[in-house]
Amino acid sequence: MIGFHLCKDFCVLFYFFQDCTFFTRKEMLRLHGRYRELAPHLVPLDYTNGPDIRVPLALIVTMPELKENPFRDRIVETFSEDGEGNQSFNDFVDMFSVLCEASPRELKTIYAFKIYDYNRDNFICKEDLHQTLVKLTKGELSAEEVSLVCDKVIEEADLDGDAKLSFSDFENMISKAPDFLSAFHCNSRLFTVV
Amino acid sequence: LEEARRKSKNRRAKPQRKAKKTSDDEEDEDEDESPRKRGRKKKKRDSDEDEDDEDRSTKKGSKASRKKKAKDESEEESEEDNKKKKNGRNGGGKGASKKTKEEQNKDKKGKGNGKDKGKDKGKDKGGDKKKKGRYHVSYIQGIVYFKPLEEAQEFVERFEGALGKGKGRKWYAYKVMMTKILMGLPYGSIARKTVPRAEQDTAMDFSVLFDFNGYCKYSFIFYGYYNNDRMVGVLKFRLPLSYLLVGVGIFGYSLMVVVRTMARNSNEGGEGAEEGEFTFSWKMFTSWDYLIGNPETADNKYASITTSFKESIVDEQENQKDENIHLRRFLRVLANFMILCSLGGSGFLIYYVVKRSQDFAEMDNKELSWLEKNEVEFVMSLLGLVCPPLFETIAELEDYHPRIALKWQLGRIFALFLGNLYTFLFALFDEVNAKLEKEKVIKNETIWALNEYYANYSSFHNTTDIPPPNVHPADVVRGPCWETGVGIEFVKLIVSDMQVTYLTILIGDFARAVIVRFLNYCWCWDLEAGFPSYGEFDISGNVLGLVFNQGMIWMGAFYAPGLVGLNVLRLLTSMYYQCWAVMSCNVPHERVFKASRSNNFYMGLLLLVLFLSLLPVVYTIMTLPPSFDCGPFSGQEKMYDVVMETIENDLPAFIGNIFTYATNPGLIMPAVLLMILALYYLNTTSKGYQQANLDLKRKMQMARDEEKNRRNNKDSTNQVMKDLEALLPDRSLAPPPEEEEEPPPEVVVEKVAKSPKTKKKKGEKGEVDLQKEVSLAAENPKGPVTRAPGSRGAPAGNAKGTQPGKERSRGGASK
Repeated sequence: MIGFHLCKDFCVLFYFFQDCTFFTRKEMLRLHGRYRELAPHLVPLDYTNGPDIRVPLALIVTMPELKENPFRDRIVETFSEDGEGNQSFNDFVDMFSVLCEASPRELKTIYAFKIYDYNRDNFICKEDLHQTLVKLTKGELSAEEVSLVCDKVIEEADLDGDAKLSFSDFENMISKAPDFLSAFHCNSRLFTVV
Repeated sequence: LEEARRKSKNRRAKPQRKAKKTSDDEEDEDEDESPRKRGRKKKKRDSDEDEDDEDRSTKKGSKASRKKKAKDESEEESEEDNKKKKNGRNGGGKGASKKTKEEQNKDKKGKGNGKDKGKDKGKDKGGDKKKKGRYHVSYIQGIVYFKPLEEAQEFVERFEGALGKGKGRKWYAYKVMMTKILMGLPYGSIARKTVPRAEQDTAMDFSVLFDFNGYCKYSFIFYGYYNNDRMVGVLKFRLPLSYLLVGVGIFGYSLMVVVRTMARNSNEGGEGAEEGEFTFSWKMFTSWDYLIGNPETADNKYASITTSFKESIVDEQENQKDENIHLRRFLRVLANFMILCSLGGSGFLIYYVVKRSQDFAEMDNKELSWLEKNEVEFVMSLLGLVCPPLFETIAELEDYHPRIALKWQLGRIFALFLGNLYTFLFALFDEVNAKLEKEKVIKNETIWALNEYYANYSSFHNTTDIPPPNVHPADVVRGPCWETGVGIEFVKLIVSDMQVTYLTILIGDFARAVIVRFLNYCWCWDLEAGFPSYGEFDISGNVLGLVFNQGMIWMGAFYAPGLVGLNVLRLLTSMYYQCWAVMSCNVPHERVFKASRSNNFYMGLLLLVLFLSLLPVVYTIMTLPPSFDCGPFSGQEKMYDVVMETIENDLPAFIGNIFTYATNPGLIMPAVLLMILALYYLNTTSKGYQQANLDLKRKMQMARDEEKNRRNNKDSTNQVMKDLEALLPDRSLAPPPEEEEEPPPEVVVEKVAKSPKTKKKKGEKGEVDLQKEVSLAAENPKGPVTRAPGSRGAPAGNAKGTQPGKERSRGGASK
């Protein structure tokens, strides 16, 4: 869905957006407000001309929802077009849309896979696991423990025996996880109607 | 128990009756008037009543007048009632000997000589010096045991909420305390409640008090204090019956609570929770909660994730260890042998020490040093201190998983405790028998003396209406009260246990931490990293300590009702003390493992301890005769006689018949048989369920393996074929691809220039090379989404979270 046009009161835009995201009109407005908060000087109030504005990564990760997340950099990068973490408003909306409660499991799985795939080769290899684990435990585990865990993960989830996790391996494993949906969502502050 | 509770509520407004005084104190068990309620602050009344007792002209006030007086008092007293104390109903004076029955009648008949003191007790104060002395004495006594009472009540009330389940056993202790009886005549009114003349000089000495002799011995804390009047007060509160029922009821209630907790724990899935197929994977990818926005929460989450990983790592490493079976087995056998030796040694040591203490008891109290007097408790506590670390060092030989090693350790400490306690009990038993012998002698003597008195009196005054001998309660010849003796032993045990615990923490943890911290600056090796370093918080040891403490309470509560209150105080203080100690001096275990998973194990231990504590008490209730001059059952043949007597006298006739039928062996045997059969049936059923569970798990595993194989064999399948396969209806994992929700945001983001990153739900070897997929697949039902949004449903409805339920059945956000 390309070429949305923002009219002054966002009406048209929202109808477009609403069809493509999981948000209502109010939520979109609020989203835009939040987006603008990040860089008021950068983000115009008027999106009529579809300006190509991107908020850099450093500003986006200061959002309270993302601030404490160990994977915040990866998340922002994954949802950015240029892969560097500079998000346009589209990207921004995408990000929260996937993370919100209404988004389906399959969608989340896809993006989770992308997030954990650090080198973006469409496989989660041992290096990726290594980095994930270090971020998750803040370096508290010793090197051999980390290595042990990574080996165990590959041993558990790798079905095709290539010593790395492809998307189907990942998806197979995640589909059985009881906590995935509840863990992989983030929306409360942003979208509840006050 | 329910009955007792109801009674306690009734008893709130319990009237107080003036104590009848022990005229014939040789037969201490006979009380004429109902005992007065003790919840009183005004000691003056005591003194007045004591004076009454003295004043033989007013041997017994008129019952009626007393009653009235009591009622009046009750109004003012009811607020001061100790809500926590339960009042039993006074059991019958069945135990009264023939002689005492006479006395009783006489007393009841006697109209008090004008001692019709309405409310003006306070005004009447004899000028007798002796009376003043006793007033003083009883005043002090009142303060001595009221203060703790009030404080105890406040404590319990204040911490009632906090106690909760904090330390679960405290809860039991608290409940137990709530159900205990505390009423009766005040101190000094009858002989059993008075310190014998001989001891009065030293009764207030701290050392004597510390040994729980002196005033403590003759207070409500111990069994011997309670009167055996059948009924107390206007409401006819049956003290002995209630005492017995509450004592037994405590066990029943505790049993129920423990079993219920165990059932609840096991339902929440204890052991099997850890086994999963993707343990590590899930931990890595789904443990972080994306909702966290608070830095503190984040820190906690990091810590818990790390701990969880470490735990799984430990489990994994255990599985990967090399096995040298024979060496391991040999070492384990050796370790067990050594531990058995030490257990045997400790049992023998205790037996020896108790025997010695019996010899000491023969000797004069003053010649013994403190050590000799408290040798038994000292040794027991010391053993409890030294042996567990010894066991732990020996257990290093065994090389178990930490959780299993913990269980072994607990089991051994438990055996130690058991051995010690039962040895202690056997020795105590000898003591009890000795006291019983002595009692017989004294009883004969007192009977003889009374006969003499009557003979003299009638010959002197030439009347047949002989008033009971005029003897001060303190001068009465007292039999040795074995129950109180037992109670004292238990209380001393608990106190010494508490002392040892506190000292251990102080020295073993605090002093050690201080030394390590401050000496580290000027020591050759690193004290903190190497020996001795900081103490580790010993979960198992502390839990066991609680369990044993509770066991001792259960055993001693029947003989020393005040023990429960004391223990509640002890638990409260020790909780704060240990909390501080842990926070300031201890470090966590190096190897991390979930001790909480062993919850049921601890409850099982508690249950076992409950049964073992039950046995001695029940045995004594059933077989040993109560003392003739102390306690609520005095004068009876067996303690449970009071129940029989109540059934006969107080309840309607048919209930008595019912009980007679129910206790018929012909009925009991089939009932027992039925229970055994039910047990067997339930056991078989549960085994069947377990087997079914295992079979199901195995089936699931087989299905998974098949999947794996199938996938592994399909490496070279055409992509298109794969797509077609994905359309097959038996693919439960992949939602049917038609109406697939491509990630709408992605669609939005896609500029025309970029090839759409539509992710098709293939399920199988879906390489994530989506772009390639799309271009390869001939008919991709999920083309790049350029279609009008209109194909989607109302977004609002979807956005409002109709999602989670639907995701399996179809691709979720169908718009």
